[in-house]
Amino acid sequence: MTGDGAILSVRGLSKRFGGLQAVDRVSFDLMRGEILGLLGPNGAGKTTCFNMISGVHRPTEGTIHFDGRRTDGLEPHRMAELGVGRTFQIVRPFASMTVAENVMTALGRSNYRGIHPLFRRWDTKPCRDGAMELLERVGLTSYAARNAGQLPLGDHRRLEIARALALAPKLLLLDESFSGLRHEEVARMEGLIRSLSDSGISILLIEHNMKVAMSLSQRVVVLDHGRKLAEGSPEAVAADPEVIEAYLGKGGIVDAAGGV
Amino acid sequence: MSTYVITVATFIAIQAIVAYGLNIIVGYAGQISLGHAAFFGIGAYSAAVLSTKAGLSFWSALPLVLLICGIFGALLGLPSLRVREDFLAITTIGINFIVEAVFLYVPFFGGAMGLGGIPKVVFFGMRLKGGGLLALCLVCLALVILLCRWFTKSWAGLACRAVAADESAASSSGISPVRFKLLAFVLGTVIAGLGGSLYAHRMGFITPADFAFPVSTMILSIIVLGGMGTLWGPLLGAVILGALPEIFRPIADYRMLLYGALLLLMVRFQPGGLLGDASVLRSILARMKGGGGRDR
Repeated sequence: MTGDGAILSVRGLSKRFGGLQAVDRVSFDLMRGEILGLLGPNGAGKTTCFNMISGVHRPTEGTIHFDGRRTDGLEPHRMAELGVGRTFQIVRPFASMTVAENVMTALGRSNYRGIHPLFRRWDTKPCRDGAMELLERVGLTSYAARNAGQLPLGDHRRLEIARALALAPKLLLLDESFSGLRHEEVARMEGLIRSLSDSGISILLIEHNMKVAMSLSQRVVVLDHGRKLAEGSPEAVAADPEVIEAYLGKGGIVDAAGGV
Repeated sequence: MSTYVITVATFIAIQAIVAYGLNIIVGYAGQISLGHAAFFGIGAYSAAVLSTKAGLSFWSALPLVLLICGIFGALLGLPSLRVREDFLAITTIGINFIVEAVFLYVPFFGGAMGLGGIPKVVFFGMRLKGGGLLALCLVCLALVILLCRWFTKSWAGLACRAVAADESAASSSGISPVRFKLLAFVLGTVIAGLGGSLYAHRMGFITPADFAFPVSTMILSIIVLGGMGTLWGPLLGAVILGALPEIFRPIADYRMLLYGALLLLMVRFQPGGLLGDASVLRSILARMKGGGGRDR
Protein backbone atom coordinates (compact mmCIF):
# COMPACT_ATOMS: atom_id res chain seq x y z
CA MET A 1 0.00 0.00 0.00
CA THR A 2 1.16 3.51 -0.71
CA GLY A 3 1.20 5.24 2.63
CA ASP A 4 1.21 9.02 2.64
CA GLY A 5 0.73 9.66 6.32
CA ALA A 6 -1.88 8.64 8.80
CA ILE A 7 -5.59 9.04 8.06
CA LEU A 8 -6.43 8.29 11.68
CA SER A 9 -4.32 9.21 14.69
CA VAL A 10 -5.36 8.18 18.15
CA ARG A 11 -3.37 9.61 21.06
CA GLY A 12 -3.70 8.75 24.74
CA LEU A 13 -7.30 7.68 24.25
CA SER A 14 -9.10 6.79 27.50
CA LYS A 15 -12.66 6.00 28.40
CA ARG A 16 -13.98 5.47 31.89
CA PHE A 17 -17.47 4.16 32.59
CA GLY A 18 -17.97 4.90 36.27
CA GLY A 19 -15.36 2.78 38.01
CA LEU A 20 -14.45 0.80 34.91
CA GLN A 21 -11.47 1.92 32.89
CA ALA A 22 -12.61 0.48 29.54
CA VAL A 23 -9.83 2.04 27.48
CA ASP A 24 -6.60 3.26 29.03
CA ARG A 25 -4.28 5.66 27.16
CA VAL A 26 -4.30 3.90 23.82
CA SER A 27 -2.36 5.42 20.93
CA PHE A 28 -2.01 4.21 17.36
CA ASP A 29 -1.99 5.43 13.77
CA LEU A 30 -3.83 4.07 10.78
CA MET A 31 -2.02 4.83 7.53
CA ARG A 32 -3.87 5.74 4.35
CA GLY A 33 -4.93 2.64 2.46
CA GLU A 34 -3.92 0.34 5.28
CA ILE A 35 -5.86 -2.50 6.87
CA LEU A 36 -5.24 -2.35 10.59
CA GLY A 37 -6.51 -5.10 12.87
CA LEU A 38 -7.63 -4.23 16.38
CA LEU A 39 -7.39 -7.42 18.39
CA GLY A 40 -7.81 -8.46 21.94
CA PRO A 41 -9.81 -10.75 24.18
CA ASN A 42 -13.40 -10.00 25.17
CA GLY A 43 -13.66 -6.86 27.23
CA ALA A 44 -10.31 -5.55 26.05
CA GLY A 45 -11.91 -2.26 24.94
CA LYS A 46 -11.96 -2.79 21.18
CA THR A 47 -15.56 -1.82 20.61
CA THR A 48 -15.24 1.10 23.04
CA CYS A 49 -12.32 2.33 20.91
CA PHE A 50 -14.52 1.97 17.83
CA ASN A 51 -17.31 3.85 19.48
CA MET A 52 -15.03 6.72 20.36
CA ILE A 53 -13.60 6.90 16.85
CA SER A 54 -17.08 6.81 15.29
CA GLY A 55 -18.42 9.39 17.73
CA VAL A 56 -20.79 7.25 19.80
CA HIS A 57 -18.77 7.87 22.96
CA ARG A 58 -16.86 10.99 23.89
CA PRO A 59 -13.38 10.05 25.14
CA THR A 60 -12.66 10.76 28.81
CA GLU A 61 -9.16 11.75 27.76
CA GLY A 62 -7.05 11.79 24.66
CA THR A 63 -7.42 12.99 21.10
CA ILE A 64 -8.54 11.59 17.78
CA HIS A 65 -7.47 13.11 14.49
CA PHE A 66 -9.17 11.97 11.32
CA ASP A 67 -8.10 13.12 7.88
CA GLY A 68 -6.23 16.12 9.25
CA ARG A 69 -8.80 17.41 11.73
CA ARG A 70 -9.52 16.78 15.35
CA THR A 71 -12.70 14.76 15.68
CA ASP A 72 -12.99 13.49 19.24
CA GLY A 73 -16.36 14.43 20.66
CA LEU A 74 -18.04 14.88 17.26
CA GLU A 75 -21.38 13.08 16.98
CA PRO A 76 -21.72 9.91 14.88
CA HIS A 77 -23.63 11.62 12.08
CA ARG A 78 -20.88 14.23 11.78
CA MET A 79 -18.28 11.46 11.55
CA ALA A 80 -20.38 9.81 8.86
CA GLU A 81 -20.47 13.07 6.90
CA LEU A 82 -16.70 13.39 7.24
CA GLY A 83 -16.26 9.95 5.71
CA VAL A 84 -16.20 7.37 8.47
CA GLY A 85 -18.37 4.36 7.68
CA ARG A 86 -18.96 1.64 10.21
CA THR A 87 -20.65 -1.68 10.75
CA PHE A 88 -21.94 -3.13 13.99
CA GLN A 89 -20.95 -6.25 15.88
CA ILE A 90 -24.64 -6.96 16.47
CA VAL A 91 -26.08 -6.13 13.05
CA ARG A 92 -28.36 -3.12 12.85
CA PRO A 93 -30.18 -3.07 9.52
CA PHE A 94 -33.21 -0.80 9.10
CA ALA A 95 -35.45 -3.83 9.37
CA SER A 96 -38.62 -2.09 8.22
CA MET A 97 -37.04 -1.03 4.93
CA THR A 98 -36.02 -2.91 1.82
CA VAL A 99 -32.38 -3.74 1.25
CA ALA A 100 -32.12 -1.02 -1.41
CA GLU A 101 -33.78 1.57 0.85
CA ASN A 102 -31.23 0.78 3.57
CA VAL A 103 -28.45 1.79 1.20
CA MET A 104 -30.36 4.77 -0.19
CA THR A 105 -30.76 6.13 3.33
CA ALA A 106 -27.00 6.40 3.70
CA LEU A 107 -26.63 7.70 0.14
CA GLY A 108 -28.59 10.74 1.29
CA ARG A 109 -25.86 11.87 3.68
CA SER A 110 -25.51 15.25 1.94
CA ASN A 111 -29.29 15.81 2.07
CA TYR A 112 -29.75 15.77 5.81
CA ARG A 113 -28.64 19.31 6.63
CA GLY A 114 -30.41 22.66 6.42
CA ILE A 115 -33.98 22.65 5.15
CA HIS A 116 -33.21 20.61 2.02
CA PRO A 117 -34.42 17.33 3.45
CA LEU A 118 -38.00 18.58 3.47
CA PHE A 119 -38.00 19.60 -0.16
CA ARG A 120 -36.04 16.93 -1.96
CA ARG A 121 -37.32 13.52 -2.88
CA TRP A 122 -35.26 10.49 -2.04
CA ASP A 123 -36.75 7.92 -4.39
CA THR A 124 -35.04 9.13 -7.56
CA LYS A 125 -33.37 7.20 -10.34
CA PRO A 126 -29.81 8.33 -9.56
CA CYS A 127 -30.29 7.30 -5.96
CA ARG A 128 -31.77 3.91 -6.90
CA ASP A 129 -28.94 3.33 -9.38
CA GLY A 130 -26.38 4.32 -6.79
CA ALA A 131 -27.82 1.84 -4.34
CA MET A 132 -27.85 -0.96 -6.93
CA GLU A 133 -24.22 -0.26 -7.76
CA LEU A 134 -23.23 -0.66 -4.13
CA LEU A 135 -25.37 -3.77 -3.71
CA GLU A 136 -23.63 -5.23 -6.71
CA ARG A 137 -20.30 -4.53 -5.09
CA VAL A 138 -21.25 -6.58 -2.04
CA GLY A 139 -23.24 -9.15 -4.01
CA LEU A 140 -26.75 -8.39 -2.80
CA THR A 141 -28.48 -7.16 -5.97
CA SER A 142 -30.90 -10.06 -6.07
CA TYR A 143 -32.21 -9.10 -2.62
CA ALA A 144 -32.62 -5.37 -3.38
CA ALA A 145 -36.42 -5.40 -3.06
CA ARG A 146 -36.45 -7.82 -0.12
CA ASN A 147 -37.31 -6.62 3.36
CA ALA A 148 -33.99 -6.11 5.13
CA GLY A 149 -35.21 -7.70 8.35
CA GLN A 150 -35.63 -11.05 6.60
CA LEU A 151 -32.05 -11.52 5.43
CA PRO A 152 -29.76 -14.13 6.98
CA LEU A 153 -26.87 -12.89 9.13
CA GLY A 154 -24.17 -13.10 6.48
CA ASP A 155 -26.23 -10.93 4.14
CA HIS A 156 -26.92 -8.48 6.95
CA ARG A 157 -23.18 -8.05 7.41
CA ARG A 158 -22.71 -7.35 3.72
CA LEU A 159 -25.71 -5.01 3.72
CA GLU A 160 -24.11 -3.04 6.54
CA ILE A 161 -20.95 -2.76 4.48
CA ALA A 162 -22.95 -1.54 1.47
CA ARG A 163 -24.66 1.01 3.70
CA ALA A 164 -21.31 2.17 5.06
CA LEU A 165 -19.93 2.40 1.50
CA ALA A 166 -22.85 4.64 0.57
CA LEU A 167 -21.17 7.31 2.69
CA ALA A 168 -18.22 7.23 0.26
CA PRO A 169 -16.01 6.59 3.28
CA LYS A 170 -12.31 7.29 3.55
CA LEU A 171 -12.20 5.08 6.59
CA LEU A 172 -14.23 1.97 7.21
CA LEU A 173 -14.64 0.57 10.72
CA LEU A 174 -15.60 -3.09 10.62
CA ASP A 175 -16.74 -4.57 13.90
CA GLU A 176 -16.43 -8.36 13.74
CA SER A 177 -17.67 -8.71 10.19
CA PHE A 178 -16.79 -12.40 10.24
CA SER A 179 -18.52 -13.51 13.40
CA GLY A 180 -21.31 -15.98 12.83
CA LEU A 181 -20.50 -16.48 9.16
CA ARG A 182 -20.42 -19.88 7.49
CA HIS A 183 -17.13 -21.11 6.04
CA GLU A 184 -17.90 -20.12 2.44
CA GLU A 185 -19.20 -16.75 3.58
CA VAL A 186 -15.92 -16.07 5.37
CA ALA A 187 -13.93 -16.46 2.16
CA ARG A 188 -16.36 -14.21 0.33
CA MET A 189 -16.17 -11.53 3.02
CA GLU A 190 -12.38 -11.70 2.98
CA GLY A 191 -12.41 -11.09 -0.76
CA LEU A 192 -14.81 -8.19 -0.35
CA ILE A 193 -12.68 -6.49 2.30
CA ARG A 194 -9.55 -6.91 0.18
CA SER A 195 -11.31 -5.36 -2.82
CA LEU A 196 -12.44 -2.40 -0.68
CA SER A 197 -8.88 -1.93 0.50
CA ASP A 198 -7.65 -2.10 -3.09
CA SER A 199 -10.07 0.67 -4.02
CA GLY A 200 -8.23 2.92 -1.57
CA ILE A 201 -10.41 2.79 1.53
CA SER A 202 -8.51 2.62 4.80
CA ILE A 203 -9.87 -0.09 7.06
CA LEU A 204 -9.82 -0.61 10.79
CA LEU A 205 -11.20 -3.99 11.76
CA ILE A 206 -12.03 -5.62 15.03
CA GLU A 207 -11.79 -9.35 14.69
CA HIS A 208 -12.12 -12.39 16.83
CA ASN A 209 -11.35 -14.83 14.05
CA MET A 210 -7.56 -14.87 14.41
CA LYS A 211 -6.82 -16.61 11.15
CA VAL A 212 -8.75 -14.06 9.13
CA ALA A 213 -7.49 -11.11 11.12
CA MET A 214 -3.87 -12.15 10.74
CA SER A 215 -4.17 -12.78 7.02
CA LEU A 216 -6.11 -9.58 6.21
CA SER A 217 -4.31 -7.04 8.38
CA GLN A 218 -1.09 -5.40 7.34
CA ARG A 219 -0.54 -4.40 10.95
CA VAL A 220 -2.30 -5.25 14.16
CA VAL A 221 -2.79 -3.51 17.50
CA VAL A 222 -3.48 -5.77 20.46
CA LEU A 223 -5.47 -4.47 23.42
CA ASP A 224 -5.85 -6.12 26.79
CA HIS A 225 -7.78 -4.70 29.76
CA GLY A 226 -8.04 -1.40 27.88
CA ARG A 227 -4.28 -1.04 27.37
CA LYS A 228 -2.26 -1.41 24.22
CA LEU A 229 -0.23 -4.56 24.61
CA ALA A 230 1.50 -4.81 21.27
CA GLU A 231 1.61 -3.32 17.81
CA GLY A 232 3.25 -4.52 14.64
CA SER A 233 3.07 -6.98 11.80
CA PRO A 234 0.76 -9.96 12.36
CA GLU A 235 3.74 -12.34 12.45
CA ALA A 236 5.66 -10.30 15.00
CA VAL A 237 2.61 -9.85 17.21
CA ALA A 238 1.65 -13.50 17.03
CA ALA A 239 5.15 -14.39 18.19
CA ASP A 240 5.17 -11.86 21.02
CA PRO A 241 5.29 -13.87 24.28
CA GLU A 242 3.32 -11.21 26.14
CA VAL A 243 0.51 -11.39 23.57
CA ILE A 244 0.45 -15.16 23.67
CA GLU A 245 0.34 -15.02 27.44
CA ALA A 246 -2.39 -12.40 27.77
CA TYR A 247 -4.55 -12.93 24.76
CA LEU A 248 -4.00 -16.33 23.28
CA GLY A 249 -3.50 -18.03 26.62
CA LYS A 250 -1.34 -21.08 27.18
CA GLY A 251 -2.97 -23.00 24.35
CA GLY A 252 -1.58 -20.83 21.57
CA ILE A 253 -2.97 -19.41 18.39
CA VAL A 254 -4.79 -22.48 17.05
CA ASP A 255 -6.85 -22.98 20.19
CA ALA A 256 -7.71 -19.32 20.42
CA ALA A 257 -8.93 -19.25 16.84
CA GLY A 258 -10.92 -22.40 17.28
CA GLY A 259 -12.35 -21.40 20.60
CA VAL A 260 -14.24 -18.36 19.36
CA MET B 1 -77.17 15.71 4.90
CA SER B 2 -78.75 16.13 8.27
CA THR B 3 -77.18 18.45 10.83
CA TYR B 4 -76.40 15.41 12.93
CA VAL B 5 -74.39 13.68 10.23
CA ILE B 6 -72.58 16.91 9.44
CA THR B 7 -71.68 17.36 13.12
CA VAL B 8 -70.32 13.82 13.42
CA ALA B 9 -68.42 14.11 10.15
CA THR B 10 -66.86 17.41 11.23
CA PHE B 11 -65.58 15.90 14.46
CA ILE B 12 -64.24 12.90 12.58
CA ALA B 13 -62.39 15.19 10.18
CA ILE B 14 -60.89 17.21 13.05
CA GLN B 15 -59.84 14.06 14.91
CA ALA B 16 -58.34 12.68 11.73
CA ILE B 17 -56.26 15.86 11.29
CA VAL B 18 -54.95 15.59 14.85
CA ALA B 19 -54.28 11.87 14.33
CA TYR B 20 -52.26 12.61 11.18
CA GLY B 21 -50.08 14.86 13.32
CA LEU B 22 -49.50 12.07 15.81
CA ASN B 23 -48.86 9.63 12.98
CA ILE B 24 -45.83 11.67 11.92
CA ILE B 25 -44.40 11.47 15.44
CA VAL B 26 -45.30 7.88 16.30
CA GLY B 27 -45.75 6.23 12.92
CA TYR B 28 -42.99 7.85 10.89
CA ALA B 29 -40.38 8.82 13.47
CA GLY B 30 -41.16 5.99 15.91
CA GLN B 31 -41.36 8.25 18.97
CA ILE B 32 -44.22 7.28 21.24
CA SER B 33 -46.33 10.21 22.40
CA LEU B 34 -49.17 9.84 24.88
CA GLY B 35 -49.65 13.57 25.25
CA HIS B 36 -50.77 14.65 21.81
CA ALA B 37 -54.00 16.18 23.16
CA ALA B 38 -51.83 18.78 24.88
CA PHE B 39 -50.88 20.24 21.50
CA PHE B 40 -54.42 19.89 20.22
CA GLY B 41 -55.33 21.96 23.29
CA ILE B 42 -52.54 24.50 22.82
CA GLY B 43 -53.85 25.04 19.27
CA ALA B 44 -57.45 25.40 20.44
CA TYR B 45 -56.62 27.74 23.32
CA SER B 46 -54.30 29.87 21.15
CA ALA B 47 -57.08 30.22 18.59
CA ALA B 48 -59.61 31.00 21.30
CA VAL B 49 -57.44 33.62 23.01
CA LEU B 50 -56.38 35.25 19.75
CA SER B 51 -59.96 35.50 18.50
CA THR B 52 -61.75 36.48 21.70
CA LYS B 53 -59.11 38.61 23.45
CA ALA B 54 -57.07 39.94 20.53
CA GLY B 55 -59.97 40.13 18.10
CA LEU B 56 -58.23 38.28 15.28
CA SER B 57 -60.19 36.29 12.71
CA PHE B 58 -59.70 32.55 12.24
CA TRP B 59 -57.58 33.23 9.17
CA SER B 60 -55.30 35.91 10.58
CA ALA B 61 -54.87 33.95 13.81
CA LEU B 62 -54.10 30.64 12.09
CA PRO B 63 -50.43 31.32 11.21
CA LEU B 64 -49.86 32.51 14.77
CA VAL B 65 -51.63 29.46 16.18
CA LEU B 66 -49.45 27.14 14.10
CA LEU B 67 -46.34 29.07 15.11
CA ILE B 68 -47.25 28.89 18.81
CA CYS B 69 -47.84 25.14 18.52
CA GLY B 70 -44.55 24.67 16.70
CA ILE B 71 -42.68 26.64 19.37
CA PHE B 72 -44.28 24.66 22.19
CA GLY B 73 -43.65 21.46 20.26
CA ALA B 74 -39.96 22.33 20.03
CA LEU B 75 -39.70 23.50 23.65
CA LEU B 76 -41.44 20.45 25.09
CA GLY B 77 -40.07 18.04 22.48
CA LEU B 78 -36.39 18.83 22.90
CA PRO B 79 -36.10 17.64 26.51
CA SER B 80 -38.64 14.83 26.04
CA LEU B 81 -36.96 13.31 23.01
CA ARG B 82 -33.77 12.80 24.99
CA VAL B 83 -35.44 9.84 26.67
CA ARG B 84 -36.73 6.79 24.85
CA GLU B 85 -39.62 4.39 24.75
CA ASP B 86 -41.29 3.87 28.16
CA PHE B 87 -39.70 7.01 29.55
CA LEU B 88 -40.82 9.03 26.57
CA ALA B 89 -44.36 7.67 27.01
CA ILE B 90 -44.39 8.76 30.65
CA THR B 91 -42.83 12.15 29.88
CA THR B 92 -45.45 12.89 27.23
CA ILE B 93 -48.25 11.86 29.61
CA GLY B 94 -46.74 14.36 32.03
CA ILE B 95 -46.80 17.08 29.37
CA ASN B 96 -50.48 16.38 28.80
CA PHE B 97 -51.33 16.75 32.50
CA ILE B 98 -49.24 19.89 32.93
CA VAL B 99 -50.77 21.62 29.91
CA GLU B 100 -54.26 20.67 31.04
CA ALA B 101 -53.46 21.99 34.53
CA VAL B 102 -52.28 25.31 33.11
CA PHE B 103 -55.59 25.74 31.24
CA LEU B 104 -57.44 24.73 34.38
CA TYR B 105 -55.69 26.87 36.97
CA VAL B 106 -54.53 29.99 35.14
CA PRO B 107 -57.47 32.42 35.32
CA PHE B 108 -56.50 33.94 31.95
CA PHE B 109 -57.66 30.69 30.31
CA GLY B 110 -61.03 30.69 32.05
CA GLY B 111 -60.35 27.82 34.45
CA ALA B 112 -62.73 24.89 34.54
CA MET B 113 -65.41 27.01 32.90
CA GLY B 114 -63.27 27.26 29.81
CA LEU B 115 -63.26 29.96 27.16
CA GLY B 116 -66.43 30.86 25.35
CA GLY B 117 -67.62 33.25 22.66
CA ILE B 118 -65.18 32.02 20.05
CA PRO B 119 -66.52 33.40 16.75
CA LYS B 120 -67.44 31.27 13.76
CA VAL B 121 -65.04 31.10 10.83
CA VAL B 122 -65.86 33.79 8.27
CA PHE B 123 -65.08 32.95 4.66
CA PHE B 124 -65.58 35.78 2.14
CA GLY B 125 -68.14 37.40 4.40
CA MET B 126 -69.95 34.11 4.96
CA ARG B 127 -70.12 32.68 8.49
CA LEU B 128 -69.27 29.01 8.18
CA LYS B 129 -71.62 26.68 10.01
CA GLY B 130 -72.59 23.08 9.43
CA GLY B 131 -71.79 22.10 5.87
CA GLY B 132 -69.53 25.09 5.28
CA LEU B 133 -67.34 24.30 8.25
CA LEU B 134 -67.31 20.62 7.36
CA ALA B 135 -66.04 21.58 3.91
CA LEU B 136 -63.30 23.69 5.51
CA CYS B 137 -62.30 20.79 7.78
CA LEU B 138 -62.22 18.39 4.84
CA VAL B 139 -60.06 20.77 2.82
CA CYS B 140 -57.67 21.07 5.77
CA LEU B 141 -57.68 17.28 6.15
CA ALA B 142 -56.87 16.82 2.46
CA LEU B 143 -54.01 19.33 2.75
CA VAL B 144 -52.66 17.50 5.79
CA ILE B 145 -52.78 14.15 3.96
CA LEU B 146 -50.95 15.72 1.01
CA LEU B 147 -48.37 17.13 3.42
CA CYS B 148 -47.86 13.67 4.95
CA ARG B 149 -47.49 12.14 1.51
CA TRP B 150 -44.95 14.81 0.62
CA PHE B 151 -43.12 14.16 3.88
CA THR B 152 -42.76 10.42 3.30
CA LYS B 153 -41.27 11.09 -0.11
CA SER B 154 -38.75 13.62 1.20
CA TRP B 155 -35.30 12.87 2.58
CA ALA B 156 -36.61 14.06 5.93
CA GLY B 157 -39.26 11.34 5.82
CA LEU B 158 -36.68 8.69 4.98
CA ALA B 159 -34.44 9.97 7.76
CA CYS B 160 -37.34 9.66 10.22
CA ARG B 161 -38.01 6.10 9.09
CA ALA B 162 -34.35 5.29 9.61
CA VAL B 163 -34.39 6.81 13.10
CA ALA B 164 -37.54 4.84 13.91
CA ALA B 165 -35.94 1.61 12.67
CA ASP B 166 -32.59 2.02 14.43
CA GLU B 167 -31.25 5.19 15.94
CA SER B 168 -27.62 4.09 16.14
CA ALA B 169 -27.55 2.86 12.58
CA ALA B 170 -29.27 6.05 11.44
CA SER B 171 -26.70 8.26 13.11
CA SER B 172 -23.81 6.30 11.66
CA SER B 173 -25.47 6.80 8.26
CA GLY B 174 -25.18 10.57 8.59
CA ILE B 175 -28.59 11.27 10.14
CA SER B 176 -28.85 13.33 13.31
CA PRO B 177 -31.53 11.55 15.36
CA VAL B 178 -32.22 14.59 17.56
CA ARG B 179 -32.77 16.80 14.55
CA PHE B 180 -35.24 14.53 12.78
CA LYS B 181 -37.08 13.43 15.89
CA LEU B 182 -37.58 17.09 16.72
CA LEU B 183 -38.64 17.89 13.18
CA ALA B 184 -41.26 15.14 13.29
CA PHE B 185 -42.41 16.28 16.72
CA VAL B 186 -42.78 19.91 15.66
CA LEU B 187 -44.55 18.99 12.43
CA GLY B 188 -46.90 16.72 14.37
CA THR B 189 -47.69 19.38 16.96
CA VAL B 190 -48.29 22.05 14.30
CA ILE B 191 -50.82 19.76 12.62
CA ALA B 192 -52.44 19.12 16.01
CA GLY B 193 -52.64 22.90 16.38
CA LEU B 194 -54.52 23.19 13.10
CA GLY B 195 -57.00 20.62 14.40
CA GLY B 196 -57.25 22.55 17.66
CA SER B 197 -58.00 25.81 15.90
CA LEU B 198 -60.76 24.21 13.81
CA TYR B 199 -62.16 22.59 16.95
CA ALA B 200 -62.25 25.87 18.89
CA HIS B 201 -64.06 27.71 16.12
CA ARG B 202 -66.46 24.82 15.56
CA MET B 203 -67.37 24.56 19.24
CA GLY B 204 -67.33 28.25 20.09
CA PHE B 205 -66.57 27.17 23.63
CA ILE B 206 -63.73 25.03 24.98
CA THR B 207 -62.78 23.62 28.37
CA PRO B 208 -59.56 21.99 29.64
CA ALA B 209 -61.31 18.60 29.78
CA ASP B 210 -61.57 18.61 25.97
CA PHE B 211 -57.79 18.12 25.85
CA ALA B 212 -57.27 15.77 28.78
CA PHE B 213 -55.25 12.56 28.79
CA PRO B 214 -58.12 10.31 27.57
CA VAL B 215 -58.22 12.38 24.38
CA SER B 216 -54.55 11.52 23.81
CA THR B 217 -55.35 7.84 24.25
CA MET B 218 -58.18 8.16 21.78
CA ILE B 219 -55.95 9.80 19.17
CA LEU B 220 -53.36 7.07 19.68
CA SER B 221 -56.11 4.44 19.34
CA ILE B 222 -57.07 5.97 16.00
CA ILE B 223 -53.63 5.46 14.50
CA VAL B 224 -53.04 2.07 16.11
CA LEU B 225 -56.37 0.89 14.73
CA GLY B 226 -55.91 2.38 11.28
CA GLY B 227 -52.24 1.54 10.89
CA MET B 228 -49.30 3.46 12.28
CA GLY B 229 -47.04 4.97 9.69
CA THR B 230 -49.51 4.38 6.85
CA LEU B 231 -50.96 7.17 4.74
CA TRP B 232 -54.64 6.24 5.05
CA GLY B 233 -54.59 4.54 8.46
CA PRO B 234 -55.33 7.65 10.55
CA LEU B 235 -58.32 8.51 8.34
CA LEU B 236 -59.72 4.97 8.52
CA GLY B 237 -59.14 4.84 12.27
CA ALA B 238 -60.81 8.22 12.82
CA VAL B 239 -63.84 7.22 10.75
CA ILE B 240 -64.27 3.93 12.59
CA LEU B 241 -63.66 5.29 16.08
CA GLY B 242 -65.73 8.40 15.35
CA ALA B 243 -68.67 6.57 13.82
CA LEU B 244 -68.83 3.54 16.12
CA PRO B 245 -70.03 5.34 19.26
CA GLU B 246 -72.68 7.06 17.15
CA ILE B 247 -73.88 3.83 15.60
CA PHE B 248 -73.86 2.06 18.95
CA ARG B 249 -75.26 4.92 21.00
CA PRO B 250 -75.91 2.65 24.00
CA ILE B 251 -72.22 1.88 24.39
CA ALA B 252 -71.16 5.52 24.24
CA ASP B 253 -70.55 5.42 28.00
CA TYR B 254 -68.13 2.58 27.52
CA ARG B 255 -65.94 4.41 25.02
CA MET B 256 -62.76 4.04 27.05
CA LEU B 257 -63.46 0.36 27.58
CA LEU B 258 -63.99 -0.02 23.87
CA TYR B 259 -60.73 1.77 23.06
CA GLY B 260 -58.84 -0.33 25.57
CA ALA B 261 -60.22 -3.59 24.23
CA LEU B 262 -59.66 -2.47 20.65
CA LEU B 263 -56.04 -1.53 21.35
CA LEU B 264 -55.38 -4.89 22.97
CA LEU B 265 -57.01 -6.81 20.14
CA MET B 266 -55.12 -4.83 17.51
CA VAL B 267 -51.78 -5.26 19.24
CA ARG B 268 -52.46 -8.98 19.62
CA PHE B 269 -53.83 -9.78 16.18
CA GLN B 270 -52.97 -6.90 13.83
CA PRO B 271 -49.98 -5.12 15.31
CA GLY B 272 -49.47 -3.07 12.16
CA GLY B 273 -53.05 -1.75 12.23
CA LEU B 274 -55.86 -2.32 9.74
CA LEU B 275 -53.79 -0.89 6.89
CA GLY B 276 -50.38 -1.97 8.16
CA ASP B 277 -48.03 -4.37 6.40
CA ALA B 278 -49.27 -7.95 6.39
CA SER B 279 -52.71 -6.96 7.71
CA VAL B 280 -55.82 -8.89 6.73
CA LEU B 281 -57.38 -5.85 5.06
CA ARG B 282 -54.21 -5.18 3.07
CA SER B 283 -54.08 -8.72 1.73
CA ILE B 284 -57.78 -8.58 0.80
CA LEU B 285 -57.21 -5.29 -1.03
CA ALA B 286 -54.17 -6.75 -2.77
CA ARG B 287 -56.18 -9.80 -3.82
CA MET B 288 -58.96 -7.60 -5.19
CA LYS B 289 -56.41 -5.62 -7.14
CA GLY B 290 -54.83 -8.83 -8.40
CA GLY B 291 -58.26 -10.22 -9.40
CA GLY B 292 -59.10 -7.02 -11.26
CA GLY B 293 -55.83 -7.35 -13.16
CA ARG B 294 -56.70 -10.85 -14.30
CA ASP B 295 -60.13 -9.76 -15.56
CA ARG B 296 -58.56 -7.18 -17.81
